[in-house]
Amino acid sequence: MTAADAFSRKKSNTEARSVRILTFKIDDRDVSAREDETILAVARQNNIYIPTLCHLDGLSERGACRLCIVEIKGSPKLVPACVTRGREGIEVITNSERIADYRRKILELIFTERNHVCSVCVSNGHCELQQLAVNLGMTHVHYDYLYPRLAIDASHERFSLDHDRCVLCLRCVRVCDEIEGAHTWDVMKRGINSRVITDLNQPWGSSSTCTGCGKCVQVCPTGALSEKGKSVAEMVKRRQFLPYLQLMRGVDRE
Amino acid sequence: MTQTAADASQSVQTNPKQSQDRRWRSVNRTIRLNGNQPDALIETLHAVQESFGYIDLDAMQYVARELTVPLSRVYAVATFYHYFTLKPPGDHTCVVCMGTACYIGGSTAILDSIHEGFGISPGETTPDGKVSLLTARCLGSCGLAPAAVFDGEVAGKLDAATVVEKIARWADHDSES
Amino acid sequence: MTLSLEELQQIARIEKDRREGFQHRIKICVAAGCLSCQSATLKEAMEKEVSRRGMENWVDVKGVGCLGLCTAGPLVFVEPDGILYQGVKVSDAGPIIESLGAEPIDALHCSTDLPFFARQHKVVLENCGRIDPERIEDYIAEGGYYALYQALRNMTPREVIQEITRGGLRGRGGAGYPTGLKWTTVAKAVNATKYVICNADEGDPGAFMDRSVLESDPHRVLEGMAIAAYAVGAAQGFIYVRAEYPLAVKRLRTAIAHAERLGVLGNGIFNTRFRFDVRVRLGAGAFVCGEETALMASIEGRLGKPRPRPPYPAEYGLWGCPTLINNVETFANVAPIIRNGGAWFAGIGTETSKGTKVFALAGRVNHTGLIEVPMGTMLRDIVFEIGGGIPRGGRFKAVQTGGPSGGCIPEQYLDMPVDYESLAEAGSIMGSGGMIIMDESSCMVDVAKFFMEFCMSESCGKCVPCRVGTTQLYHLLCKITSGAAQPSDLDKIEELCDLVKNTALCGLGQTAPNPVMSTLHYFRDEYTAHIEDKVCPAKACKMQPAKEVV
Repeated sequence: MTAADAFSRKKSNTEARSVRILTFKIDDRDVSAREDETILAVARQNNIYIPTLCHLDGLSERGACRLCIVEIKGSPKLVPACVTRGREGIEVITNSERIADYRRKILELIFTERNHVCSVCVSNGHCELQQLAVNLGMTHVHYDYLYPRLAIDASHERFSLDHDRCVLCLRCVRVCDEIEGAHTWDVMKRGINSRVITDLNQPWGSSSTCTGCGKCVQVCPTGALSEKGKSVAEMVKRRQFLPYLQLMRGVDRE
Repeated sequence: MTQTAADASQSVQTNPKQSQDRRWRSVNRTIRLNGNQPDALIETLHAVQESFGYIDLDAMQYVARELTVPLSRVYAVATFYHYFTLKPPGDHTCVVCMGTACYIGGSTAILDSIHEGFGISPGETTPDGKVSLLTARCLGSCGLAPAAVFDGEVAGKLDAATVVEKIARWADHDSES
Repeated sequence: MTLSLEELQQIARIEKDRREGFQHRIKICVAAGCLSCQSATLKEAMEKEVSRRGMENWVDVKGVGCLGLCTAGPLVFVEPDGILYQGVKVSDAGPIIESLGAEPIDALHCSTDLPFFARQHKVVLENCGRIDPERIEDYIAEGGYYALYQALRNMTPREVIQEITRGGLRGRGGAGYPTGLKWTTVAKAVNATKYVICNADEGDPGAFMDRSVLESDPHRVLEGMAIAAYAVGAAQGFIYVRAEYPLAVKRLRTAIAHAERLGVLGNGIFNTRFRFDVRVRLGAGAFVCGEETALMASIEGRLGKPRPRPPYPAEYGLWGCPTLINNVETFANVAPIIRNGGAWFAGIGTETSKGTKVFALAGRVNHTGLIEVPMGTMLRDIVFEIGGGIPRGGRFKAVQTGGPSGGCIPEQYLDMPVDYESLAEAGSIMGSGGMIIMDESSCMVDVAKFFMEFCMSESCGKCVPCRVGTTQLYHLLCKITSGAAQPSDLDKIEELCDLVKNTALCGLGQTAPNPVMSTLHYFRDEYTAHIEDKVCPAKACKMQPAKEVV
């Protein structure tokens, strides 16, 4: 649960649970929303596309990949749509030239960070990162590649971890903590040296807390976490378990 | 000081909770004072490092269990904060300040000459385990730039030659004794 | 146990009488700067000399906090004659004691008429170098905890906030947010539990104001926090201090213990229903924990990674409770404002920036150390009058303020008043108060690279623009300082600066490009000299003949 979620929930508890309905504009379209809904959620309900990477329905928000940034008219600050709530009367712009340009550059930075070689990746064709490049019109990368030396952890009997494909969205960390409740994953070090780890940075296969449920693999947007012994064509991620949870959370919120 | 590593892992095997080892008792005291609360993780890791000089995997495992914090989170916190070290330090440590004033005052030259003289870069320890070299973000002794800490004692207005001499004295002195 | 006003005054009186009982008082600076020049041994030697001569009853030797002029340590101040000695060695202890009451020792004498001392205006540092930081009686004798009494017994929380607002105090941590406004928001928040946090995670390289205040006058910070807690309705406080400041931590802990024993912290302070406890929490070497949401995460024992705001800590802070976070220097200003009134404070400084500011003067300047000047003091006065100019006949090139979030201010701004707005106009920020003077031996590209390396390795790694953007920027700057860059690299740098500034998650990321942007703005020719002529004008960079970069 993000701070924003928790805060609004707490607030709505104390304020006699009256949820206000707001009206505002997204890309010149009038939309209405509950005051506790994010701009991203409202945009999706209205079929307005905002690219996301670290966001995944059913998991807490991080606001970290910065791909969902949008403009609010009259404010120079860009805000992440996934954690920003609508306010009465604002005008949200999701697709200005400025934003499109920033998003492309952020995506380029992600591509330079690790060795994302699609042609040899297990997720080629089913990869959210790859799809984003298409959607955002990113044709080439004009920053230098950083070429880090990274290892593959294939110690788990059913799954494998390839750091080269990891974009540090931390969906695996969140699903393991928030839904499976195992908290096998976390992220070590900081900044450019950040890596996802299992337990005390030990081989995944030797983890004493991993339940082998595979949720982390299903939520991974790229080929960083994959199932062993599957062909590229079969490597489609199954996330059916998440909407149920979201539904349950919704009930709990009412 | 060098035997800490062996000691630490031995004490883990004999259950640190009941351990009579002064160092474990100090760690346990911190845990108890904080009511075994997960939010005492950083405080507890400080206690471990203060007692043993570094934090090893056994200690992390113990802390995770006592505070009911996931293992991966303990490792994440221990590696996120640069003050913590997972490697045993040398007998002596030299921390060179790399704050702005010290940088402008020539602390890179000091590091270069240490590397030249002893073959160690920041974060490394000499092969004989005598001297560890570290850098600090800022010691707050900017008025005395460039500054460094030699075994806990801050010294200011340094130059490369003085630092190399001080470190050489450590190496020599210990080999005689 | 509670304390009455009479008891407080009695403590002050006894302490003052004790002081009067001595004919001479020798104050030896035992703040970190002078300690690293062996002032602790000097103090021992001095005590030994006094007892050897049997003079214990009329000569008092005590350790005090920072006397300011760190460059000339160890410093010794003799009262009541008002003589300051600099660079005192252990062997000087005897002669100094012999000279008491007679002529001062010329060779060690440091004139206090120097602009370094005369031009300062001390509010925050009023007790620094005067009192023994490890004795609460000393602080009380200087009027300490009287402001707390006044606030608790004679003022409502609302009146306390009004006084702070009237004083026009703005946050001293960097951004300059009006303190009164912040307190009002927290006071208004409805919640049974609220927290007060003192941010003492002074991570800016080149800044040591907070450390000096904590080491020299810790009770002032505790008193400020207690007043703030009363004003906003909190009962628990935390001080988040860097573990790299062991002396400050030790003195804070001592101060808290003394304050609790005396009853100025704890339950029912001054026979009111107000209770307030303070705990020290140690940082662990992460600059990003100076950011308030990261700092709170760290107090909760988690990774110090910022989260998007809103919600702000004033509404949703530590463990989800409304939380007031102020910096050390901000809290240090609170007691004087309550004691002397907001109007008095507002009379110091400029229209928009009230009061004084403590700066840590360092780098290529003759008098390095800690200074406190009214807001609006001219930059030229700080560098050339108080700082005594550039050593060895060097030429002033720029002053770096605001650390890794700030910028380099060139010569043409020397006649600028130092306040929040002017600094922002010049492309820098007030920051926490580090001021690093540079002469022509400093390469501005190298300085920019230094700060970018800092931001890169201090980036928490949460958001992409900061994590990867600072790394890319650092690599580009390395290319320039090694002579491997092409003109197009400069465009990339400008592009990335703009990107990181506008899209990073927290303040650390958003301001990380500032040192690059300001040096690029004022010293672009140095960048082009590196790129096109493969020359470092300051001769600071090791330029290698251009290699083919694939």
